[in-house]
Amino acid sequence: MIPPLPLWIEIPVALLLALSGLFTLGAAIGVVRFRAFFQRMHPPALAFSFSAWCVTLASILYFSAQDGVLSLHAWLIIIFLSLTVPVTTLLLSRTELFRRRNAGDPDMPPPLSACVQPPDNGGPPQH
Amino acid sequence: MMRRLFPAPLLSLALLALWLLLNNTALGPGQWLLGAFLGVLVPLLTHRLRPTPVRFRRPGVALRLFLQVGYDVIVWNWRVLRGTLAAGERMPRGGFVVVPLDMRDPNGLAVLAAIMCVIPGTIWSELAMDRSALLVHMFDLDNAEAEIALIKGRYERPLMEIFE
Repeated sequence: MIPPLPLWIEIPVALLLALSGLFTLGAAIGVVRFRAFFQRMHPPALAFSFSAWCVTLASILYFSAQDGVLSLHAWLIIIFLSLTVPVTTLLLSRTELFRRRNAGDPDMPPPLSACVQPPDNGGPPQH
Repeated sequence: MMRRLFPAPLLSLALLALWLLLNNTALGPGQWLLGAFLGVLVPLLTHRLRPTPVRFRRPGVALRLFLQVGYDVIVWNWRVLRGTLAAGERMPRGGFVVVPLDMRDPNGLAVLAAIMCVIPGTIWSELAMDRSALLVHMFDLDNAEAEIALIKGRYERPLMEIFE
């Protein structure tokens, strides 16, 4: 049986968890609502930035109060997320840019360097 | 001798801190020893994966940049959330902008990429081969000029001070 925590700990923990849920819900709504791929990539960033921070902070508060010592290891979630998220984000955006440019989408911006120009015929690049 | 044993002293320290943090409150001498072992071994093993040595200066600027990014993440979260929920009345005009770059250091650019990916509302999409420009997708293009100036002033300049 876990003994109940003082109210002044439970209120901020509950507020942080609710705030995190709100932003994650916003992220989900954004994924449903937006149609364009790149526009769709923005809302999920809410879930892994501010929402994740709130849950982590709530966890640190709760377990530090429960054990009576500062328990900071949940902080690593933030560190590891900010190290791994750019990998997937970059991979997704690069892939989409490459595919749409190869398909000749006029909405896509031209390549920044001449040497990554997609081939005209849609076949494999000639070197 | 010291340089050969510790090719990246900052990385060694960070690994030790990470190991101690991972073990949370159970910090006996054994954990310190294991963390120190990791701190020596991992930089030696991954030495060849880091082609350019990291020159890290001005920790004060780095701390200020860290706090600035934390604050900006919260501000941008709020803006993207509001833009998403209000999309029924006004669809945000997302689009690409080209940011001219002055920074050439690959380590600094890597950190800039991480910052742009963590902040909602900006997606790092392409880097020119000669590292002279950057393609970014913005959530809302309403004042793109101001955003470009912001990226350059807030993130690129401190990173240049730290890494170049």
